[in-house]
Amino acid sequence: MELFVNQVLAGIATGAIYACMALAVVMIYQAIDHLNFAQGEMAMFSTFIAWQLIQWGVPYWIAFVLTLAISFAGGIIIERLLFKPLAHAPILTHVAGFIALFAIINSVAGLTWDFTIKQFPSPFGSRPFLGSQLISTHQAGMIGVTLVLLLMLYGFFRFTRIGLAMRAAASLPESARLVGINVGWMIALGWGMASAIGAIAGMLIAPVVFLEPNMMGGILLYGFASAVLGGLSSPFGAVIGGFLVGIFENLVGTYIPGVGNELKLPIALALIVTVLVVKPNGLFGRTVVQRV
Amino acid sequence: MSSLLEIEDLRAYYGQVQALHGLQFSLEDGSVTTLLGANGAGKTTTLRAICNMIRSTGNIRFDGKPLAGRSTEDIVKLGIAHVPQGRGTFTRMTVEENLQLGAMTRRDSRGIADDVERMYDHFPKLRERSDQQAGTLSGGEQQMLAVARALMLRPRLMLLDEPSFGLAPLVVRDLFAILARINRDDKVTILVVEQNAQLALAIAGQAYVIETGRIVMAGEASAVADNEDIRKSYLGY
Ligand SMILES: Nc1ncnc2c1ncn2[C@@H]1O[C@H](COP(=O)(O)OP(=O)(O)OP(=O)(O)O)[C@@H](O)[C@H]1O
Ligand SMILES: [Mg+2]
Repeated sequence: MELFVNQVLAGIATGAIYACMALAVVMIYQAIDHLNFAQGEMAMFSTFIAWQLIQWGVPYWIAFVLTLAISFAGGIIIERLLFKPLAHAPILTHVAGFIALFAIINSVAGLTWDFTIKQFPSPFGSRPFLGSQLISTHQAGMIGVTLVLLLMLYGFFRFTRIGLAMRAAASLPESARLVGINVGWMIALGWGMASAIGAIAGMLIAPVVFLEPNMMGGILLYGFASAVLGGLSSPFGAVIGGFLVGIFENLVGTYIPGVGNELKLPIALALIVTVLVVKPNGLFGRTVVQRV
Repeated sequence: MSSLLEIEDLRAYYGQVQALHGLQFSLEDGSVTTLLGANGAGKTTTLRAICNMIRSTGNIRFDGKPLAGRSTEDIVKLGIAHVPQGRGTFTRMTVEENLQLGAMTRRDSRGIADDVERMYDHFPKLRERSDQQAGTLSGGEQQMLAVARALMLRPRLMLLDEPSFGLAPLVVRDLFAILARINRDDKVTILVVEQNAQLALAIAGQAYVIETGRIVMAGEASAVADNEDIRKSYLGY
C-alpha cells in the first residue's frame, strides 16, 4: 500500500510537467483548432531566453517575467507573420508550417546556444518536500504553479470580457464577427498566451530534464496525450489528464513485471487510446460542435 | 427624413457565381423595410454583403460613411446589428453570456448591465433561463435571444434574416410586436428579410421584392400587399 501511495505521488510529480505542457496545447487548440507541433520547440526556445537572461545576471523572477513577456510577444509575432497568411489554407499546409517552425526554432537554438546540456536553476530548490524522499520542493512547486495557472486561466475565460470574446471567436468565428469581435486578433492572443504558458512549462521542466535544444521532444508527446485524454476543449481536463498520465506511467512501470523505462511510454499511451475508444472526446471534453 | 443606408449597384459573388446583379435601394432613418423574395432570390446574400461577409462590389453608405473596405467587425461597431439566418447563437455559452457578447463593442458597463435587465423585461423567458446553456433553449427562445443579443449593441440599424423561421404563429406575432416596439421606442431602423410576406408587410413601411439577385418591385408596403400580381407571382399568397 505504501509503495502504491508513493508511486502515485511520484506520478503526480512527473504529471505536473505533462499537465503544464497540456495546458499550452489546449490553449492553442482552442484558438486555432489544430495541435501545434512546434509548441515544444517554442517552449524550449523561451527557456533558453530565460537561461540567457540569468547568465547575464538577471535575478530569477525578473528573468521569469521577462521571458513570459517575450514569449507572449513572440507567439503573437509568429501568428501574424506565419499563420495569419495561412488562415484559409487546408490543414496540411498548416502542418507543413508547424514542421517548418519546429525545424527553424530547433536549429536556431542549436546555433545560438549549441547542443550541450545546461543546468537550469529551480526557484524552489531541490530539497525533499516535507521530508519526503519521493517528491522534491521543485516538484511540489511545479504542481503548485500548474494549479495556480489553471485557476488563473479559469478566471480569465470565465470572468473577463476578453476571455469571453476569445471563447466566442473559437466556437463560432462568424457569429463572433457579427458582435464586433476581431477574430484574427483573438487567435493571435491565443498564440501569445499558449506561448507564454509553454514558457512556464519549459522553465519548470528544464531543472528536471536539463536544458538543450531537444529537451521537449518526448514531453510534448506526453503533453498531447494528456490534453487528448482530458478532452482538448477543457483546460481543467488537460491538467487532470497530465496528472493521470504521470500516475499511469509510474504504476505501469512499478506493477507490471518486465516493464522497464522503455516500455512505460507505449503502455501508458495504449491505455489512453483505450480510454479514447470509450470516450472519444476525452474525459472532460465537450462533444465537438461542427463549425458552420 | 434622411437615408440611413444607401445601396447602389450592389453585386455579390460566391466564387465565380454572381448572386446579386446590381441592387439599388435605401432605408429611411427610423423606418422598417422588408426584403421579400423566393428561396434563393438573394435576400441572405444582400444582408451578408452589407456586413462585408461576402465578396461584393458597389457602393454601400451607412449614415453617409462608405462601408467598402471595412471589416465585418468594424461595420458592426458603426451600429449595424445582424441577426443571421440560423440565429448564430453561441450554443455552448449561457444566455447571459450571449447577451454580454452582444455588447462586446461597448465600454459602459453600467449601461450594459441596465440593457441586460431591459432585455429580460422584453423577453421574460430569457430571464428564467439566464444561466442555462443557450443551446438548450427552444427554437423560439433562441430567436428571442438572437434579437436580444443584437439589441445589446444599441444598434442604429438592425438586419434580421427570417426571424419567423420555425416559430409557432403566436410566437411570431409576439416577436413582430416587439420589433415594432423597438423601432418606435428606441428609433432602431429595421431591415427584415422574410418568407412570411404577409406578416412582414404588416409592420413594414417600405418593401422590396427581389428575384434572382435583382429588385423587381419597390414601394410602400401597403401598395405591395395590395398588388395582386406581385402577391401571386412572388409572394405566394
Ligand atoms: N455559400 C454559397 N456558395 C455558393 N452559392 C451560394 C452560397 N450561398 C448562396 N448561394 C447562392 O446564391 C443565391 C442566393 O442565395 P441566398 O442565400 O441569398 O438566397 P435567399 O434569398 O436568402 O434564400 P432563402 O429564402 O432560401 O434563405 C442562390 O442561388 C444560392 O444558390
Ligand atoms: Mg436566406
